[in-house]
Amino acid sequence: MLLIPCPWCGPRPQTDFTYGGDGTVVRPAEDAPQAAWADFVFVRDNPMGPHRELWHHSAGCRRWLVVERDTVTHDITGSFKPGEVPS
Amino acid sequence: MTTQSFRNAEGGLIDRATPLDFTFDGKAFQGFAGDTLASALVANGVRLVGRSFKYHRPRGLIGAGVEDPCGLVRLGAGDRAEPNTRATLTELFAGLTADSQNRWPSLKWDASALTGLAGRLFPAGFYYKTFISPQVLWPTYEKIIRAMAGMGTCPEGPDPDVYDDRFAHADLLVVGAGPAGLAAALAAGRLGQRVILAEQDMRLGGDLLAANRSIDGRPALDWVADTVAELEALPDVTLLPRTTVFGYHDHNLLAAVERVTDHLPHAPAGLPRQRHWKIRAGRVVLATGAIERPLVFADNDRPGVMLASAARAYVNRWAARPGTRAVVVTNNDDGYRSALDLQAGGIEIAALLDTRPEGGGALAQMARDAGLSPRHGMAVARALGGHAVTGAEITALSGGGATETVDCDLIAVSGGWAPTLHLHSQARGKATYDESLTAFVPTDPKQAHESVGAAAGDLTLAGALAAGSRAGGDDTLAPPADDHPAAPIQALWQVPKPPSGKGKRFVDIQDDVTAEDVALAHREGYESVEHLKRYTTLGMGTDQGKTSNVNGLAIMAGLRGQTIPAVGTTTFRPPFTPVTMGTFAGREAGHHFAPIRRTPLHARHDALGAVFQTAGLWLRARYYPLEGETMAEAVAREASHVRRIGGMVDVSTLGKIDIQGPDAADLLNRFYVNGFKALPVGKCRYGLMLREDGIVLDDGTTTRIGDTHYYMTTTTANAVTVMRNLELYLQVHWPDLDVSVASVSDQWAGVALAGPRARDLLARVADIDVSNDAFPFLAYREGAVAGIPARLFRISYSGELAYEIHVPSDFAPALWDALLEHGADLDIRPYGTEAMSTLRIEKGHMVIGTEIDGRTTADDLGMGRMVSTKKPFIGHVLKDRPGLTEGGRKQLVGLVPVDKRTPIPETCQIVKPGVVTGRDPVPIEGHVTAGTFSPSVGHPIALALVKDGRARLGETLHAVSPTTRVRVPVTVTSPVFVDPEGERLHA
Amino acid sequence: MRYSFLSLARNALTGHRDWPPAWRSPEPRASYDVIIVGGGGHGLATAYYLAKDHGITNVAVLEKGYLGGGNTGRNTTIVRSNYLLEANAHFYEKSMKLWEGLSEDLNYNVMFSQRGVLNLAHSDAQYNAFGRRGNAMRLNGIDAELLDRDQVAAMVPDLDCSPSARFPVRGGLLQPRGGTARHDAVAWGYARAADARGVDIIQNCEVTGLIRVGGRITGVETTRGVIKAPKVGLVVAGHTGHLAAMAGLRLPIESHVLQAMVSEPLKPVLDTVVTSGAAHGYISQSDKGELVMGGDLDFYNSYGQRGNAPALEHVVRSIVTLFPRYGRVRLMRFWGGIMDMTMDGSPIIGTTPVDGLFINGGWCYGGFKATPGSGWVFAQTLAKGHPHRLNEAFSLDRFASGHAIDEKGAGPIPGAH
Repeated sequence: MLLIPCPWCGPRPQTDFTYGGDGTVVRPAEDAPQAAWADFVFVRDNPMGPHRELWHHSAGCRRWLVVERDTVTHDITGSFKPGEVPS
Repeated sequence: MTTQSFRNAEGGLIDRATPLDFTFDGKAFQGFAGDTLASALVANGVRLVGRSFKYHRPRGLIGAGVEDPCGLVRLGAGDRAEPNTRATLTELFAGLTADSQNRWPSLKWDASALTGLAGRLFPAGFYYKTFISPQVLWPTYEKIIRAMAGMGTCPEGPDPDVYDDRFAHADLLVVGAGPAGLAAALAAGRLGQRVILAEQDMRLGGDLLAANRSIDGRPALDWVADTVAELEALPDVTLLPRTTVFGYHDHNLLAAVERVTDHLPHAPAGLPRQRHWKIRAGRVVLATGAIERPLVFADNDRPGVMLASAARAYVNRWAARPGTRAVVVTNNDDGYRSALDLQAGGIEIAALLDTRPEGGGALAQMARDAGLSPRHGMAVARALGGHAVTGAEITALSGGGATETVDCDLIAVSGGWAPTLHLHSQARGKATYDESLTAFVPTDPKQAHESVGAAAGDLTLAGALAAGSRAGGDDTLAPPADDHPAAPIQALWQVPKPPSGKGKRFVDIQDDVTAEDVALAHREGYESVEHLKRYTTLGMGTDQGKTSNVNGLAIMAGLRGQTIPAVGTTTFRPPFTPVTMGTFAGREAGHHFAPIRRTPLHARHDALGAVFQTAGLWLRARYYPLEGETMAEAVAREASHVRRIGGMVDVSTLGKIDIQGPDAADLLNRFYVNGFKALPVGKCRYGLMLREDGIVLDDGTTTRIGDTHYYMTTTTANAVTVMRNLELYLQVHWPDLDVSVASVSDQWAGVALAGPRARDLLARVADIDVSNDAFPFLAYREGAVAGIPARLFRISYSGELAYEIHVPSDFAPALWDALLEHGADLDIRPYGTEAMSTLRIEKGHMVIGTEIDGRTTADDLGMGRMVSTKKPFIGHVLKDRPGLTEGGRKQLVGLVPVDKRTPIPETCQIVKPGVVTGRDPVPIEGHVTAGTFSPSVGHPIALALVKDGRARLGETLHAVSPTTRVRVPVTVTSPVFVDPEGERLHA
Repeated sequence: MRYSFLSLARNALTGHRDWPPAWRSPEPRASYDVIIVGGGGHGLATAYYLAKDHGITNVAVLEKGYLGGGNTGRNTTIVRSNYLLEANAHFYEKSMKLWEGLSEDLNYNVMFSQRGVLNLAHSDAQYNAFGRRGNAMRLNGIDAELLDRDQVAAMVPDLDCSPSARFPVRGGLLQPRGGTARHDAVAWGYARAADARGVDIIQNCEVTGLIRVGGRITGVETTRGVIKAPKVGLVVAGHTGHLAAMAGLRLPIESHVLQAMVSEPLKPVLDTVVTSGAAHGYISQSDKGELVMGGDLDFYNSYGQRGNAPALEHVVRSIVTLFPRYGRVRLMRFWGGIMDMTMDGSPIIGTTPVDGLFINGGWCYGGFKATPGSGWVFAQTLAKGHPHRLNEAFSLDRFASGHAIDEKGAGPIPGAH
């Protein structure tokens, strides 16, 4: 079971959280073309290695967070509040 | 009662004062406390304990512990039977009953052993090459194969026992309580660390329990006793005997199973049978020891061929002699230690064979000093005997082929030691081949773990003690031990076939994989390790190849002309040893598998005789039958009663979300397809939500209860999803919006009051003006209902004059009672979800799962006009994709049976009238989403999604259900069957 | 050498010393007409049908490890075509028909066992939904039977069908022609049959780059050198995104881990494949006697080939809840496979924006049963340069155009399918 560091609560077991998918996709401007929206909704980098992803601390503080996790080793190298993710 | 004729009078870690009676295959035996089932069988001279998987060959004990591939029994009987249980891991208790497996009619006379005689026809993978043509006959052959395969038989009934979960944290988890593990735990414990020491055996001590060793000049068992006593006294050290750490998961979480009551004749009340430990450890010391490898020679599976270390364990630890006259064969120095111990235990050493051409270290000298005459360059070529070993055909490895026969009833074999690196490997650590050890050793750990002692490839006792201490945090605690310089091991992966060519040379003894099978796999191109494993089933048995994998791999490497590391190693998959499913399930099985959610009114429904229905996790009152009434009758009565008079229904399962903040209106406007910015305070509005891909997600009513304060309801099914989405968008996508959201689904309960007399009842109980002018359709009011503070909504799902009354959940029963009491003379009665469904079908309202099925658009559902073109909202761009707007999509319509009589089952698909349903595919026009008998129109009706349905009103189609042989001609209609103008709900 | 009982008996006389290799181990040639990247079941099946049905035998299958080492050998071996949506139904039924003759066609017993696949319905709503699906199957020419509770109880005696069960059984949808097959044998059987028709199967050959010239594929770079081909098909399951990225393609795919597990072997107790969507678990018994079980994904992107405890425990809890009799049976092995989960739960089989580059992936949970059909339609797609009628709908551009094939209606959340 993963041990996920919540930036608000500290390390918590995976079962406290709900996965939210790729955290790097950015919601397009409302007037962006259909193709940009299709990209946002459907297309993913799906990297083998470090992956920034959204998790929801659903059975905890109810905050969304961005976790940097390696998709092969599952090692977690960072956990950030949305909007505070380093580039 | 058979006497323990193979038990020595002295020695061993058994309590001769506590004899224990048990039976094997119905025959009564006696052992002692401290025995395993295996050691007790050995003490009683029982050789034949089972039959092999494929050839049904007679099999005996080969190991003394976790590595034993063959001593599998069915323990106990009935619902508590445990198939495939290793005798070597079963602690003996009074009254234990065990039976051999995979034989008929008896262990001695097994009819299926005939397959062994025809074994030549059944090499590895024979089934891939035959039973091919005609393919239709395969099921017949398969049936026979299935009956022959399998091992134990399943328990007869539901498992009566309970299992527990236990979560723990430790600074240090030590796996294995041999010398290295004890030393590690002691060092860390003395430093004040929180230590958990887990040991699969019933006793701590590991290999020292089965060896005549000394530490610091004293018997090693004294050191064990002192160490255990000190550990027991340390407050932060937890000792877990009978606990197997079987899984090493991510982020240093380890899973272990503690056998709490398995060893007790009668489990005390209140204790679980097994406990599933999940230990999050700061660091892990893997002191898991090593497993001795057998040698591969002809008929090396005969009962009486045994690992040398196992034979000495039986003698040393249990004072049980696995034979009277032994041939010992080894390719390494440790075999000499076994020979010495066997001799000391009263077993005559008929021959001591060292496969190495010469040499042997200090132990060899000790053997010679003890009167043994090692013969170098010799090996056992074939074991003789059937149900038990009667002799050994021995031969010089240098060739020539001459053999001689030595009478014996035990062949003790040592092929060298392989570190137990399963957990290391599970934790993604590497396995590197060590030539000097002829085994894989753990390297490159990926998590916070360290292997020590034999598990790390150091087979010396002093080394184990030192490494353990160091890993525990103190490198000064390393007592000296009685190690002897050893000569190098010889890599010997198979002994050539005897000149007679007779016998099978088993590599995997449980699954009957021979050296010839490995050669066949190589010959046919199945030469990668995984192919070898999968093609021959090598290592796929319940022992997962603990004694066979390296031998098989090495033989393949030899055939490929490559080194062992070049060929690679297989994956060590969890669990380390098989674990009961009940342990994984813990308490969260059966009724605790998933929570059952009951509304605050559940007891009221129950008291009224409601029949309940599951809706997700919820239990909802489905209908309230009168005596002798069928469901259909009850539902028609309830629905009709609502339309004629009035009824009340529990709607507490709806999702409810409190939304507050200056930007709340903006948020709603972005979530719903329709506008919410202009919604005045005190008004409700129906809203429709899409997913980003433009498909309908949910619908519900949101009410503006204050200037910046809204109350949203969602469908029952989507309560969690909508809430999570609100949080996601507010926190991630739109952090600039100043809005707070909170789920209040559990805080508020709701009752819908519907029907012509709803207002009359409300007027009696509410302290507000309920006249149509003061409280019109889609208005919201706050007030007291029967003295209870309430939120009142003039909204209608049934299409009748209706109100929803929401009150704090604790008050829901009081509200319900008041409505029933004051509505009694108005004849307002409760109705259930089924009548609610009938009412909504009559109105063409949609629900999640059938009409809103994750594929329908707003337009498909006839809600296209609701969708704003003036503002962006979730899904506004992708809803216009060609596939969602083109012709031919299914649209929501109503259906009426042409004969106005025949019900339209909800299982129906829809075809054109001329279409004959048979074997060939036919075009499908749509499907029924909901059907009911409508008391209001007096005949069955249905809702359906039909291709271009809105353009087909009046067309006759056929609703068909071939699986239930139903065909109903239907007319396509509007989905609104009752009050299309909405006069009733505005009344 | 043809496989048969006679050849087995004949070889028994010579100690099985004369069996030829099931496939050659050729050195890669400089160029081929078609390169298949990925030596799993789908890739090998594609090669086989290219050779058999289209006469294209100058084909290489490049496998970075060993044949069938990915999901082909990691799944729970279920074969079915019990789909609701037409595109799925027709495609998987084609696959089912190929399964029904596969052992004979390949002259390799893939142990296809039509012991039935039973989906349990635990409520009226579910029963009706299954009925709709079963009827859609029937109308699409697929076998389906809707069973009531008693029929289910008679068929699966160990199932807890009591009214007090946590998931009371309302009935079930049975596809009698569904069942299981021996997964490894499918890869080996296709490999042997493709090899016999001249296909080069090259193991331990990892593709490290896709060579493009002006928007056209011209070959691949591998750990064993450059190999040219005008047509390249990617059939690499969980690694689809990873390889497609070499051609600059981003896909509507996420990789997730799905766990599976087997128990110790038991004498026959369960004759049918049983699944429960409500309880998130499925189970069958292998010919060897092991109970084979699986359930939900671990729900986070993963290339790990190993899962974590929560998902595993959930599956076991579900099975023990449905089958209380199996509580004392022991699990012997569990493992994970990487699922290439698409945004609608259906596969992608067809062309790509890069000329000459074709893709076959995104199999989600459905890959094993699709193996023959997938190879068959993909071979045709590669041979003709455009999709067959049966895989037209499974195009890569269906997401942008709004033609998702969303069997479950779960929307663009890969883990939810």
